[in-house]
Amino acid sequence: MKVSGLKCYAYLYLLFLYAPILLLPIFAFNDGTVIAFPLKGVTFEWFGQMWENETLRRALTNSLIIGTSSAVLATILGLFAARATTRYRFPGKGPITALIMLPLVLPEIMVGSSLLIVLLGLGVDLSIVTVILGHALIATPFCIALLSTALGSLDRSLEEAALDLGETKWSTFWLVILPLVMPGIISSLLIGFVISMDEFIIAFFLAGNEPTLPTYIFSQLRFPKAIPMIMALGTCLVVLSVVLLTIAEYFRRSGLARAGLKDTGGFL
Amino acid sequence: MSDRKPMIEFNDIQKFYGEYHALRGITATIREGEFFSLLGPSGCGKTTLLRTIAGFEDISSGAVLIDGHDMAQVPPNKRSTNMVFQSYAIFPHLTVAQNVTFGLRRDPRTKAEKAGLVEDMLGKVGLAGYGKRAAHALSGGQRQRVALARALILKPKVLLLDEPMSALDRKIREQMQVELIKLQRDLGITFVLVTHDQEEALVMSDRIAVMFEGEIAQLDDPETLYRKPASRRVAEFIGAMNFLDAEVIGQADDGITVVVDGLGQVVLSHSQVSTAHDGTVAVGFRPETMTILQDGQTSDGLETLGVIEEVVYYGDMTYYDVRLNNGKRSVRISMRNLFGRTIPDIGANVRVAWSPGALILFQ
Ligand SMILES: Nc1ncnc2c1ncn2[C@@H]1O[C@H](COP(=O)(O)OP(=O)(O)O)[C@@H](O)[C@H]1O
Ligand SMILES: [Mg+2]
Repeated sequence: MKVSGLKCYAYLYLLFLYAPILLLPIFAFNDGTVIAFPLKGVTFEWFGQMWENETLRRALTNSLIIGTSSAVLATILGLFAARATTRYRFPGKGPITALIMLPLVLPEIMVGSSLLIVLLGLGVDLSIVTVILGHALIATPFCIALLSTALGSLDRSLEEAALDLGETKWSTFWLVILPLVMPGIISSLLIGFVISMDEFIIAFFLAGNEPTLPTYIFSQLRFPKAIPMIMALGTCLVVLSVVLLTIAEYFRRSGLARAGLKDTGGFL
Repeated sequence: MSDRKPMIEFNDIQKFYGEYHALRGITATIREGEFFSLLGPSGCGKTTLLRTIAGFEDISSGAVLIDGHDMAQVPPNKRSTNMVFQSYAIFPHLTVAQNVTFGLRRDPRTKAEKAGLVEDMLGKVGLAGYGKRAAHALSGGQRQRVALARALILKPKVLLLDEPMSALDRKIREQMQVELIKLQRDLGITFVLVTHDQEEALVMSDRIAVMFEGEIAQLDDPETLYRKPASRRVAEFIGAMNFLDAEVIGQADDGITVVVDGLGQVVLSHSQVSTAHDGTVAVGFRPETMTILQDGQTSDGLETLGVIEEVVYYGDMTYYDVRLNNGKRSVRISMRNLFGRTIPDIGANVRVAWSPGALILFQ
């Protein structure tokens, strides 16, 4: 069989990309503190350790709170922005949209450090609230992109039909627009959540003394004894990410099917 | 019908989309209980005009009155009109029954009463028993029926229809046309239909407004529109019409004397003159107003000689291209293929019977 150069490159690339992730579960179940082959047998000890670790539990709780809150915040902001850009024309629409989408391309380290400077300058105490705001800031562009697709593919005459049948602008939004873009909203929530869950730099800068999962993991990497437990935690997070992305994609597709549209992209 | 009270009045409506002048001074009256059509080529502003009735389009100047009331400050949800959209705009996340009952949300009647109304309405549009179906799984024809039921259940004073048949197959379209006419007669509601299909407009309407470039070119009942088009453009848009070069040589109180290419000198009454001025002078007639005579057949009208140049056979009809008396251009004559009638060959010399009364002078 003749394998072309590009194909070969693609396979090597995938191997390089995913081999480390495949190593996570392998060492998470390995009965030994040293991350090296040969493997020494199967154990669930690391998962047990993980479960009993109080700081880790605190970090997890923080991350869940931050993830959920920032996802909700980013989705609400995204919904307004997406609605404005898909339906209305207003002066300065282009520059304003560009400004909102900017965090997509800004280096996170810049976003994180400038937020820190501003917050400290304002005298705001660092806490998980400041992390929530930071995460909402970087997740909003993704949410807008998702929600614009969902709102933009809505037939405008559906709204007009609702108005024509006696509904107001608000009730039209609740009765027609919201149910039809609900799948988009759910995927936006999930994406926002996933973005927040694994974000390190902003959490590191803005959390004050509170740990989040990524900052906690980073702090533990200094201790070789803690590494198998981190592997176990990593395994759980990979599984969780895959599940969430799958759900997001499922809702995105069912949303398309419900509106009778053709699939033109997505994550999976 | 002409004694009915006005239901919709357009008073010098002007509409600009930025620089683009979409409606250029529309003034017209649609009467109560009328089946009224807006007919014109795509882009002439029919939809825009229809949407000004529903309230979806802010007009630049002028006034729209519905049942005597100025609609300037009235939003779409407060107008006693309902619309069947070109895309039907059926809510895809609801069932058929939920779609039909949508507009009754604020209605104080009980659920059971409303359910009865819905079933009733679905029956009227030929969808009895379809209430529980998911709306997104319906065919085009069924969607249209749902859209109709959803609008009619509110008993609007005016039903607005934007090219409702354009997405349907020919067969279903013709069937829907008949059903719509019946529905309109039964309910007595004023219907305003937008269409670019002249046949559809002629079949369905009590009166038709023919529009070109944001203006009404002619507003008449179908028969007048067909028999006496106000301009050459209207004549060409509605049905087929032959045009022969002509020259006016005399004007008198009892008629106008015209020399027509291929027909010779004719005297036309003043009622046969089209009022709109298109520049060139021509005489027009419909293809079915001339008859190709069989050998030995006589006629009570005038006769002219001609040569058959083309024969197009349509089953029930045959179209002939005939050059009359070596005229400058040939004309199209349509004839029913009655039993026993022979179809002349190309190149045959024939006698053509015609009557001056069927001619229209465009000048
Ligand atoms: N929202 C709009 N913005 C700009 N131009 C428009 C808009 N809607 C319609 N037009 C223009 O106005 C003209 C008339 O449109 P329309 O009323 O939809 O025509 P019709 O229904 O007769 O095909 C068209 O040339 C169209 O391009
Ligand atoms: Mg149109």
